[in-house]
Amino acid sequence: MSKRYIVLIKQVPDMDQVEFDYEEGRIDRSSAPLEPNPFDLNALEEAVKYKEEIGGEVVAISMGPEQAESTLKDALARGADGGVLLNGREFVGSDTWATSMALGHAIDTVGDYDLIFAGEKTIDGDTGQVGPGVAQLLGIPHIAFVSNVEERGKEEIQVKSETWGVTYVKTMKLPGLITVTKDVNEPRLPSFKDKMKARKAEITTWGVEDISVDAEKLGISGSPTRVAKMVVPPPDKREPVVFREEPGAAVNQLLEKIDLGGDKV
Amino acid sequence: MNLVMVFAENDGETIHPVTYELLGKGRELADKLHGELGAVFLSGSHLSSKELIFRGADKVYYGVHKVLADPIETQYAKALLQVVNEVEPEVILIGATNFGRSLAPRVAMSLDTGLTADCTGLDVDEEGDFIQIRPAFSGNILAHIKTLTSPQMATVRYKEFSEAPRDESNEGEVVGLKVNLTEKESEKVEIVERKRGEDLNLEDAEIVVTGGRGLKNSEDLGLIEDLASALGGKVGASRPLVDDGWIGRAHQVGYSGRRVKPRLYIACGVSGQSQHLAGMKNSDTIIAVNSDPSAPIFEYADYGIVGDLYQLVPELTKQLEKEDK
Repeated sequence: MSKRYIVLIKQVPDMDQVEFDYEEGRIDRSSAPLEPNPFDLNALEEAVKYKEEIGGEVVAISMGPEQAESTLKDALARGADGGVLLNGREFVGSDTWATSMALGHAIDTVGDYDLIFAGEKTIDGDTGQVGPGVAQLLGIPHIAFVSNVEERGKEEIQVKSETWGVTYVKTMKLPGLITVTKDVNEPRLPSFKDKMKARKAEITTWGVEDISVDAEKLGISGSPTRVAKMVVPPPDKREPVVFREEPGAAVNQLLEKIDLGGDKV
Repeated sequence: MNLVMVFAENDGETIHPVTYELLGKGRELADKLHGELGAVFLSGSHLSSKELIFRGADKVYYGVHKVLADPIETQYAKALLQVVNEVEPEVILIGATNFGRSLAPRVAMSLDTGLTADCTGLDVDEEGDFIQIRPAFSGNILAHIKTLTSPQMATVRYKEFSEAPRDESNEGEVVGLKVNLTEKESEKVEIVERKRGEDLNLEDAEIVVTGGRGLKNSEDLGLIEDLASALGGKVGASRPLVDDGWIGRAHQVGYSGRRVKPRLYIACGVSGQSQHLAGMKNSDTIIAVNSDPSAPIFEYADYGIVGDLYQLVPELTKQLEKEDK
């Protein structure tokens, strides 16, 4: 039977360009262009590699506003065969628990999956909780922080992942889920031709009614956690003592100020 | 009775030091919530749990099963779930290590409860609510989070809080728990090989000397290595050096690499992009060496030397080696 790989992908603001208002404590989301979460591109690349070696199809799933369609089209250009966007006001404001709930039900609706790929975290939420949460909901095993895929099999996958100073090689029976680090691969760039083709492709959009999930478990009202407040702390600047003398003199002055080997540091 | 419960991560030989940090913070929270401090010790081997009591735990919930010898999340989640159902904690704190961050979401999902990731602050507000503070947006904002469900779960960043003081006169109770786990489940994930020591553990270094784009060739990293070895420290690198394959990713300091908080951090030829700052700005003392006086790194340093790192770094190494003699 043909294999099916699912990639979880999120559209995020480009963190190098997003502007933070330190005085008002706000994030200006419109200040930055949107892009696929970088770690998710590693997940996608790994799914496409699996397809190339073992065969099957890659389906990318994203939850987000309508403009997240462009991230799914980007996924198609990079080798995904289909894209599903979860969109609707019921999903808005979901925390990681509610997001896992939504994505888990969407994956079940796609059905017959063998392997799910996710990035280790997103650069806006920074939690890394959704991948393992989805695996628990689906009742399948997972391996997080995968730094290399050692062997791709039809029935199991073998990967490398680090925990507390130990590098483990683990095998996992399929179906299962992995979350990947940046080490796992170098995502390929889509060709111009593939980009053009993807631009015209159809993205499937699903709402709450399409994935048979209880809407009360979604969105702000369905989330067990609440953001009580957001603080944009000013940068932790210090006031340095700066030396601009000739190298020998500068180093001497520095060493007079602090004892690099001793207690004063 | 409100129970604050700390997950004591261990590898069957040693208890992870983040556990002692959580016990320190956990004590504070338990006092504010007028409750007790517990530690849950799950392992594949019968390690002594005395240390957890010396560090302030009122109770240690102790469960050993051979299946728990390997860090397999599905099994640990089941074991932890059994403990939670039995002792009903109000707050569960788990170290935000790779294993903790991978385990906690499975537990939260099956308990239908909220989980806050990678907290850097924990408190109890005037209303008696547990507040979890965490950075988001690559460390640019701090979100204050409340959990509406019970238990309230959080993973907590390693090296963020001080370890609980150790007192051998502390007394506590060890509660033995029977965990029921079947071996069959563990067949789903199997460990084929384990290799210790491949990880540099840059996070644990007291002194880190980092090279950045100011270096012209990969061989010039030798200058950084010499200074690091003169100081007894470890070598760090900024992202571009790692991306170009000059040095392994275990050396990368920054948001997408390692977060370090050493006693002394020396940045050589590092401009100081926010990506990098996110990984080192909390170091005790920061020294920056850079030829560009307007490099942002200087604003985050305690000491700066403006000049050519190719002259300054060897000079510093030389002076330090002379001092040693």
